[in-house]
Amino acid sequence: MAIYLTKESRVLVQGMTGAEGMKHTRRMLAAGTNIVGGVNPRKAGRTVGFDVPQCVNGPGGAPARVPVFGSVVDGVRATGADVTVVFVPPAFAKAAVIEAADAGIGLTVVITEGVPVHDSVAFTTHAAARGTRVIGPNCPGLITPGQSNAGIVPADITKPGRIGLVSKSGTLTYQLMYELRDIGFSTCVGIGGDPVVGTSHIDCLAAFEEDPDTDLIVLIGEIGGDAEERAADHIREHVTKPVVGYLAGFTAPEGKTMGHAGAIVSGSSGTARAKKEALEAAGVRVGATPTETARLALAVLDENS
Amino acid sequence: MDLYEHQARELFAEHGIPVPRAEVTDSPKEARGIARRLGGRVVVKAQVKTGGRGKAGGVRLAADPAAAELTARQILGMTIKGHTVGTVMLAQPVDIEAEFYVSYVLDRAAGRFLAIASAEGGTEIEEVAATRPAAVARIPVDPAEGVTPAKAGEIAAAAGLPAQTADTLVRLWQVLVREDALLVEVNPLVRTRQGQILALDGKVTLDDNAAFRQSRRSADAAEHGDPLEAAAAAKGLNYVKLEGEVGVIGNGAGLVMSTLDVVAGCGARPANFLDIGGGASAEVMADGLSVVLSDPAVKSVLVNVFGGITACDAVAEGIVRALDTVRLTKPLVVRLDGNNAVRGRAILDARRHPLVQQATTMDGAARRAAELATAV
Repeated sequence: MAIYLTKESRVLVQGMTGAEGMKHTRRMLAAGTNIVGGVNPRKAGRTVGFDVPQCVNGPGGAPARVPVFGSVVDGVRATGADVTVVFVPPAFAKAAVIEAADAGIGLTVVITEGVPVHDSVAFTTHAAARGTRVIGPNCPGLITPGQSNAGIVPADITKPGRIGLVSKSGTLTYQLMYELRDIGFSTCVGIGGDPVVGTSHIDCLAAFEEDPDTDLIVLIGEIGGDAEERAADHIREHVTKPVVGYLAGFTAPEGKTMGHAGAIVSGSSGTARAKKEALEAAGVRVGATPTETARLALAVLDENS
Repeated sequence: MDLYEHQARELFAEHGIPVPRAEVTDSPKEARGIARRLGGRVVVKAQVKTGGRGKAGGVRLAADPAAAELTARQILGMTIKGHTVGTVMLAQPVDIEAEFYVSYVLDRAAGRFLAIASAEGGTEIEEVAATRPAAVARIPVDPAEGVTPAKAGEIAAAAGLPAQTADTLVRLWQVLVREDALLVEVNPLVRTRQGQILALDGKVTLDDNAAFRQSRRSADAAEHGDPLEAAAAAKGLNYVKLEGEVGVIGNGAGLVMSTLDVVAGCGARPANFLDIGGGASAEVMADGLSVVLSDPAVKSVLVNVFGGITACDAVAEGIVRALDTVRLTKPLVVRLDGNNAVRGRAILDARRHPLVQQATTMDGAARRAAELATAV
């Protein structure tokens, strides 16, 4: 089953013909993603050929030809696409998401980093009003191993399994996927570390709770904001499945932005310690390192099997 | 990026928000001249990017130009919450009849901006918010509509502000939107005995991500406090100087933050945060290594890379290239995992540098780097 993304998902790539778009479309195809088209108003009507490498968990191997549409609406009309992945530069991300939402796309994954917060506020609000789920911006996207990969998560470091993962950080997503590679994942969602993102930890927790293919949830958070504290409240009240957590940024000094635009400890709020305490109070086991977190996840799975 | 009060004040003035007359200087002598121009009696205000200036003695009234010079001399060079005062602003004093608080802040949970306003402004606003939350109005703003005169009226009414503040509320929203700010705050917004509304003090945080469409930002962005941070920024590296002895380089903000924590857990202190980013090239790796090695506090360096988009062989080549250009005098512990890790490890092995060692796990690498840094 998985959440948000399955092998049935029909995926358009906005910005496919750019350098990043081309590179990652090829990787997504290799992971088995059903890519039905690219979008570029200046290259509508063309077809782009990809040599698709064999991927451990995807079919791959066969060359693919992907049509380019002039707009998301044209792409949807021609292919029945229901997902888009956005690779356009920051200045165009807002227009891209609004276009996708107006075309009735159900899920838009915004990989673009460096999006101004005012734009993120505008497009997440606009998309929510039209029933479009946005993941990101500034995120690695999401992968349902063995089925579909919408974004830039490396597909070959894990396999299908029964852990659901939600994370603010791309590389920590990969680290945990790798450490738990033998167990495998239902879906891994990188929600992004910006101050405003379209999909929250809570959204993913709720979706994993409903997903019959997910037995355990791994939640990765970091300093900044109070999303983890709110996730803890949600877990206490609504999540019956075991949750294992990891938090980054215990050593971050106050007032310094650590990489992600939202990763900043301001005043007394947003500290890793406060987040850890909140999660533990909600019954989440929190690891001190990514490796220990993976060990905790394995132990919890053992207890429940 | 946070602005200084005087920069915030200039933005307010540009957008038609009334502010008292004021000038900035870093020289006590000049302060005397400014005071004379402003009518003799002035408020001398330390320009630092932190709150609590008043309580720390960084805001004082001077009765005449000679007193202004003396006061400026006393305030310049002061340290307020770790910030050294480099400039002072001298402003015309104002006859205050009432003080208010207004701001637009990002509500991360709701993913939109929130107007916060109170009829009880001034230095005690945090206490008012904590002890009597009902005295502080918090009103979400629809991003598509913004703050119209009607919306401003609603905010003013909810907070108990006089209706004449509505114009300022509209203009302050325009500052937020047009300047791509993440926070605009006026505290206090005052009504003078003459009935005029004035922004007496302000705070503005700009969104660095919007620099591409805010051309005048580039000049301000150049003012980095730490020289290493400035050098790293010039090379497009994401670097933060910290107070420890283990240099940390990794790919991805989350993994680097996590690496800092693991190093700290091993009993050492990280010297910096350096994210070479996703898809980092050999050149970026070499640049990163040279920045970290040029910090004299660094006693060992830990490179922790999980290759996703980034290929570990490119990282290894970058390290090897850096070893040819930068003289390595400190031990370097490298952990490569993920994409092309086997090839990357082989490249480092082939180089056989006596100060470079590899570790197979993140925890093991951090432990080794911590030992090497604390052994000396």
